[in-house]
Amino acid sequence: MAYGGLGVAESKPADYPARRVAPVVLKALEGASPTKLAVASLSFYYGRFRALKDISLDIPEKRVTALIGPSGCGKTTLLRVFNRMYDLVPKARAEGSVRLDGMEVTETTRLLELRQKVGMVFQRPSPFPLSIYDNVAFAPRLLGWGRSRVAEAVETAIKDAALWDEVNDRLKDPAASLSGGQQQRLSIARCLAVKPEVILMDEPCSALDPVATLKIEDLIDRLARQYTIVIVTHNMQQAARVADFTAFMLMDTEERYGQLIEFAPTTDLFNKPTDPRTEGYITGRFG
Amino acid sequence: MIRGLAMPRGRRRPPDGFRLLTGLVALAAPISLVLIVVLLAQQGAPAIWHYGLGFLTSRAWNPVSLDFGALAFIFGTLATSLIALALALPVGVGVALFLAEPSAGRLRGAIGIGVELLAAIPSVVYGLWAFYVMAPFVLIHVEQPIVARFGSVGILSGPARETSLFTASLVLSVMILPTLAAVSRDVIRAVPGGLRESSVALGATWWETTWGVILPAARQGIFGATVLALGRALGETIAVTMVIGNRPEIPTSLFAPAYTLASVIANEFTEATGQLYSSALIELGLVLMLVTLTVNVLAQLLVRSTTREARA
Ligand SMILES: Nc1ncnc2c1ncn2[C@@H]1O[C@H](COP(=O)(O)OP(=O)(O)OP(=O)(O)O)[C@@H](O)[C@H]1O
Ligand SMILES: [Mg+2]
Repeated sequence: MAYGGLGVAESKPADYPARRVAPVVLKALEGASPTKLAVASLSFYYGRFRALKDISLDIPEKRVTALIGPSGCGKTTLLRVFNRMYDLVPKARAEGSVRLDGMEVTETTRLLELRQKVGMVFQRPSPFPLSIYDNVAFAPRLLGWGRSRVAEAVETAIKDAALWDEVNDRLKDPAASLSGGQQQRLSIARCLAVKPEVILMDEPCSALDPVATLKIEDLIDRLARQYTIVIVTHNMQQAARVADFTAFMLMDTEERYGQLIEFAPTTDLFNKPTDPRTEGYITGRFG
Repeated sequence: MIRGLAMPRGRRRPPDGFRLLTGLVALAAPISLVLIVVLLAQQGAPAIWHYGLGFLTSRAWNPVSLDFGALAFIFGTLATSLIALALALPVGVGVALFLAEPSAGRLRGAIGIGVELLAAIPSVVYGLWAFYVMAPFVLIHVEQPIVARFGSVGILSGPARETSLFTASLVLSVMILPTLAAVSRDVIRAVPGGLRESSVALGATWWETTWGVILPAARQGIFGATVLALGRALGETIAVTMVIGNRPEIPTSLFAPAYTLASVIANEFTEATGQLYSSALIELGLVLMLVTLTVNVLAQLLVRSTTREARA
């Protein structure tokens, strides 16, 4: 592999109990940070199915927070509460509270403002059938910015997404002509263009090869001190590499709702998990 | 089509029975097309020789003096079809957008079935309905008010009539609506869900997403639906014949009677006396094929140039 493993490869669980301390150096935290997203007793329903039960956590500002857990435990569901993407799902509703600074996310009607503050990057890159430039200019134009301000925002965003060198001479080309990894960085540029405060990423690398993955991870690292980033990942090494904090979620075996098991600085979560279920998951015993 | 017969390179096998059979069936289509053109040309030969290329540019149509030309009919055919398209396209795409919406629920199912049933109505029934119901209604509630208000504008001048270019275009637009709506709906549904989500996640409203992302992504398919609908409109005969007024002139007003290639053939071929008259009608058939073919080829070229643009 191109990068050092954490030593939790699912293939050899037998190693684990003896090697609880990961062999890589985990990201060190630089001091405490104020809360950006305060989630309190959040439950979420798809119709009558309760997908999340009673989740409370404080996501710190200008840090990277990873959501990990087995498939179906509600990571995507939780992430999509933060920018009200669940509005697209008929009969979906949230109970409880998610506060973004002063704004109650679950109740606000100022969706444009919310989504300008909380950007999202999806698993599959989905460039709009427009030029590279127009893709990045999409959100600034929604906000009604003038031409020169849009142009400036587009350039800055593409530079911040580490894509400028590769596309600056072909901004008018269709976005579909980019490679998968470039398209994903374009997706990031697209949401950086309106200067969001929070960036949600749902398995942003799962459709990419290792090299493209590494580029995205580098990018997350560089953005980490300016933006609050929440990233869902299935890859524990990735969580360990990029995240300052990690939340471990698990599905209740009987009622199938997702719940938060443990939320801690990444180093602590991986090295000294307090819940046996967390330990079982990160040492590869189940999930 | 013939390419379908070719063997994969490097693995030449002698044609087996199945390949031969499918190959022959596949060839049947182009061969019959060629045969039709040849036979029409043969039957129309007297008129073709007699009038030459002038046939296409002459607007005369006089069975008594045997003075024939296709221009008025070409105009009628193109005008009714294009006006019908202009009227039906926005409605069809609107219906398609609604039908493709995942949250529209039960109403959507009912409307979807209704739209598809519209396609099953025989055109002669459309003609009857247009003649007895739609035309009188449109005369009183659309044509007359427009003439009263904007009559001084050339193409909107009166007198308003029940059977006119406008009425024919209107019934055509109803007839092509199901094709437009059904095909566009499928195309819009096929737009990857990630596009809609990404757009919404950037703060776009339903309208902004539809205009800025969904329709551009579906553009090519909607264009295909348009070509399909145009093909039907160009060749539609009986319903148009019943409401267009059947006057072989290039009308100066939307509300004046006109004539189409298909209508004049259907109306006059039984009573055509003399070789020149009937071969002139057959030549009109050739012209209709030519018009349809040209429109299709132009459309294909347009599609190809836009896709190349998108891929460049
Ligand atoms: N649109 C929906 N309608 C109904 N149920 C849904 C919907 N989306 C997700 N669910 C259910 O909610 C639960 C949580 O799903 P979610 O997609 O949040 O899981 P996840 O942790 O992101 O899983 P994965 O790691 O596989 O992406 C699952 O049981 C899933 O079946
Ligand atoms: Mg998920």
